[in-house]
Amino acid sequence: MTELNELTLAEARDGLKAKTFSARELTQAHITAVEKARALNAYLLETPERALAMAEVSDAKIARGEGRPLEGLPLGIKDLFCTHGVVTTAGSKILEGFEPHYESAVTHNLWRDGAVMLGKLNLDEFAMGSSNETSAYGNVISPWRRRENGALSETPIVPGGSSGGSAAAVAARLCLGATATDTGGSIRQPAAFTGTVGIKPTYGRCSRWGTVAFASSLDQAGPIARTVRDCAILLGSMAGPDARDTTCADLPVPDFEAAVSRGVKGLTIGIPKEYRVEGMPAEIQKLWDEGARWLEAAGARIVEISLPHTRYALPAYYIVAPAEASSNLARYDGVRYGLRVPGKDIAGMYENTRAAGFGREVKRRIMIGTYVLSAGYYDAYYVRAQKIRTLIKRDFEQAYAAGVDAILTPATPSSAFGIGEKASADPVEMYLNDVFTVTVNMAGLPGIAVPAGLDAQGLPLGLQLIGRPFDEETLFATAQVIEEAAGRTKLPGAWWA
Amino acid sequence: MSVDAQTVRRIAHLARIAVSEADVAPLQGELNAILAFVEQLGTVDVADVEPMTSVTPMAMKKRHDVVTDGGRAEEVVANAPETEDHFFLVPKVVE
Repeated sequence: MTELNELTLAEARDGLKAKTFSARELTQAHITAVEKARALNAYLLETPERALAMAEVSDAKIARGEGRPLEGLPLGIKDLFCTHGVVTTAGSKILEGFEPHYESAVTHNLWRDGAVMLGKLNLDEFAMGSSNETSAYGNVISPWRRRENGALSETPIVPGGSSGGSAAAVAARLCLGATATDTGGSIRQPAAFTGTVGIKPTYGRCSRWGTVAFASSLDQAGPIARTVRDCAILLGSMAGPDARDTTCADLPVPDFEAAVSRGVKGLTIGIPKEYRVEGMPAEIQKLWDEGARWLEAAGARIVEISLPHTRYALPAYYIVAPAEASSNLARYDGVRYGLRVPGKDIAGMYENTRAAGFGREVKRRIMIGTYVLSAGYYDAYYVRAQKIRTLIKRDFEQAYAAGVDAILTPATPSSAFGIGEKASADPVEMYLNDVFTVTVNMAGLPGIAVPAGLDAQGLPLGLQLIGRPFDEETLFATAQVIEEAAGRTKLPGAWWA
Repeated sequence: MSVDAQTVRRIAHLARIAVSEADVAPLQGELNAILAFVEQLGTVDVADVEPMTSVTPMAMKKRHDVVTDGGRAEEVVANAPETEDHFFLVPKVVE
């Protein structure tokens, strides 16, 4: 019999419903897998006792025929979601030991629907990074390895970021699915790097309440899972109106799972010519062309479109996101929670606390944000970037008005790289990872990354689909066609166990 | 635009982050790399373009100005480094 942690979330759900195995057995299989995978450093905190207690409740519910939508399904939680009574660090020393007295809206919704919490997942500090190398609690090692001369290389590979722990845990079968967040690509890029599926829903689809803030006008929560269907199931529970987040949409949550099998017949898929960037590996271009052919073969119409302001999205993002971060992270001052380092006066205490508590990338972004918001620079940088954001959004609106239903692009400009391989003195080199994903956050649109194949080194590559606002259903339907055409990615064997 | 060492010290102070002298030069290099990267935005024609204020077209939700929560002083201060009688303690600010 297949190990229970190898099942997809949908298979596990159906197995529990049919009483083929119990929630306790399913949870125990995951706890064991997690314990054996500590070398990957995907979990910052394991909560096996809580998981088993939740599984007991689920088994009782199932026995009474009262199973809820996610009854007994073990999940990992990115350590950016506040969890009541369970330490939440955001991957930062400044929040070491922080124990929230409240539950984030997204995780609350998951427990309401019967899910089981396995623990808290590693991430880039405050979700600022594209490789999980900025975590204050160590790198996450990808379950994937490069193939060199016919053998697997020992070189550790990054899982992407910032949701690196989430993506690695899902790919290594250390949970059935995981929560993640995406400010510039932090769900889609790690999903693409690990052969998993990740969706960033439309801005406002999930409540941001109780999720540690990075850049509030860009942050959105979403799931990472092993199949398109699993992502649809999870998003159905995570999403929904919440009066506590004023930007959370008052819209009913559609039946995302029902949309998965809808097909693409009659849909128009746009291929944006501006995404053919210089230096893009030939195999990514090839995969992109293949993705278009798969959709065409399934009945979609493929059209070339233009999104002329694409190239300005990344630089504009590196003004808007740090500006919002500098404001959001002002709260870490050593007074109300977290680390405190004494100083000669109160300002000295603030400065020493923040110097000791924040890592290098976070400090850099706070300082850039402080600079672009400072007197004399606000108009030249921040206001200009927000105007360019309007232009980026307009590009998409024009494409959708012309009849495009979804847009197909590569998810990342390369496959995953080795740990330390992009540690140059120029931070922009790392930022370029998000060149295809960041436009979506700038325009508030939904985007999904779906595995489409492997590169010559045997590492996964993903395609991205971008949808109309609040039309995640079309993305699930289209991504499913790609998943079926490409074939489910064969995930790496457990060399770490 | 680029920043000099003095500006790096000024930004660090505005951001309330202590920066050692040895860190100023590397930070200056990193910040200037980012500023050089965003420089290309200067070439975009933004005349008559409204700056974005809301990414989705929605009216800001409002609620009645009433107390919806409270009486949780113990929980509010539970994670603070130093407290007394449900107050946050900070170094003396007024002589």
